[in-house]
Amino acid sequence: MNSSSRYDVAIIGAGMSGLAAGIRLAHFGKRVCIFERHNAVGGLNGFYSTDGRKFDVGLHAMTNFVRPGVKGTPLVKLLRQLRIDRDEFALCEQKQSRVAFGPRGQTSLRFTNDFAVFESEVARVFPAQIDGFRALVAAIRTYDDVALDAAPESARAIVRRHVTDPLLEDMLFCPVMYYGSASEHDMEFGQFVIMFKALFLEGFARPFDGVRVILRVLLEKYRTAGGERRMKCGVRRIVAQAGRAHVLILDDGTEIVADHIISSIGLPETEKLIAPGETAAVDVSVAAEPTAAASAPGAHSFVETITILDRQPAALGWGDDTIVFFNDSSRFDYACPRDWVDVRSGVICFPNNFDFGPDRALPEGIFRVTCLAKPAPWFAAAEADYRSAKAAWFSDVARSARRFLPPVADADLAAATIATDMFTPRTIARYTGHVNGAIYGAPRKIRDGRTALANLYLCGTDQGFLGIIGAMLSGISMANYHILQKG
Amino acid sequence: MTKDECKQVVLDIIADIAPDEDLSNVKPDVRLRDQLQLDSMDFLDIVMELRKRHGIEVPEAEYMQLASLDSCAEYLTPKFNALAAKG
Repeated sequence: MNSSSRYDVAIIGAGMSGLAAGIRLAHFGKRVCIFERHNAVGGLNGFYSTDGRKFDVGLHAMTNFVRPGVKGTPLVKLLRQLRIDRDEFALCEQKQSRVAFGPRGQTSLRFTNDFAVFESEVARVFPAQIDGFRALVAAIRTYDDVALDAAPESARAIVRRHVTDPLLEDMLFCPVMYYGSASEHDMEFGQFVIMFKALFLEGFARPFDGVRVILRVLLEKYRTAGGERRMKCGVRRIVAQAGRAHVLILDDGTEIVADHIISSIGLPETEKLIAPGETAAVDVSVAAEPTAAASAPGAHSFVETITILDRQPAALGWGDDTIVFFNDSSRFDYACPRDWVDVRSGVICFPNNFDFGPDRALPEGIFRVTCLAKPAPWFAAAEADYRSAKAAWFSDVARSARRFLPPVADADLAAATIATDMFTPRTIARYTGHVNGAIYGAPRKIRDGRTALANLYLCGTDQGFLGIIGAMLSGISMANYHILQKG
Repeated sequence: MTKDECKQVVLDIIADIAPDEDLSNVKPDVRLRDQLQLDSMDFLDIVMELRKRHGIEVPEAEYMQLASLDSCAEYLTPKFNALAAKG
């Protein structure tokens, strides 16, 4: 076996978490290679080009934003660990966001990157709940959300100890679940804490040019540190022997040997790659492990509509909102829809409405809406049906979301629209390999990253640190914990 | 290597790991953790940068020797000098 097929560490997937793990390992002298099936980096947080326009895939806003001088938060840890100067990300803060509930968004809580704004909104709209809300926030601030061995608890149960009005409870869960919950209805409290801090106690920001700025920085760090990567080069099989990952077999049949393997592609997706060794006909040690049984993938996915406008959204009359989380029903129902899409709730994003500085604006207006989607019909549809479903749901999604924005006449919107695009569970699965197009992965997270095989670890979505910053911290934590700390 | 040079080596590493910290007034006899915002991830990085840049090994059981600049100098200077003598 020649040297180009032997590594200290092989990483599966060139998304945020895989790149971050790779930077750490390469920086400290490990021989590391990232294998990526797609021809572009970024994974769930990538970008694509159509008709000369670049669209971000996952990024509405980067969460976890804190201003210079604030220390000890995920963003600061990440910058230090990857030796990134915060100016390299050139982050611009959100203007303002809202949680809007009711058929026309009558109950609305505004928030910004200054938490006092959100707290005063809760006090204004829910005066009887403010003491409970403050107690909840205190519990969130003191919770150790990075412990790798925390016992799972219901977030709904803990929140209800402090917040007794179901409307406020749902208004807190809506943004938190939409920005990271792999489970339906309820989530694990540790996950809730991570997202609540990321959205409300920290905040939203974005580089002017979107997610590709962050990816460019990561790639440059990785390359400079001496990391290798092979694109259009997926891993087809992980051959197990005596409880260890023995050989990786790539899509083109090449065999790779590595002392350690970090997989960012998801838990069920990784399990599917594991095959018993060819020399040992039945590898009892693997078959006997309970985690070797297939894990359930996430049940729900999302659609997103993108409308490109010939002017800024504010010029059309839509105001300054950066993100609007909406729900029209009496309860917020975060679950796999019965129909193809559930348009009752969703998330609106105007990437234009970040504070990019004077005289700087995105060249075109962008109106994005995300709603929950049921994966099965999108996967089962024949091509023609798929295309017509896309067109039909596009207008339903946009119409539903517009109820939560200042009114704009249909004719005015049509006249300002210069292009549209939409992605579905099928699109997500095609480009990321996630079963069901489940952006947030499997409901069960493996915080310590361990798998049935001793030298195979998970990072990314199914390790359970959420969001873009969480993804990068996941790669860092797993590289540190399993490889670098062990010398 | 003198103890002062050794302290500078440690400060140089911290400056790279935590560029957002002000290192102009670090007191050598006070625990680094008590005057700078450094967490366990940062301390791991000090250890790993010592290995990467200078070939100095700090076993996990001896991490507490890196608590302050003075204790760093006491503990690391002989290691640097032993390495130089070998070299």
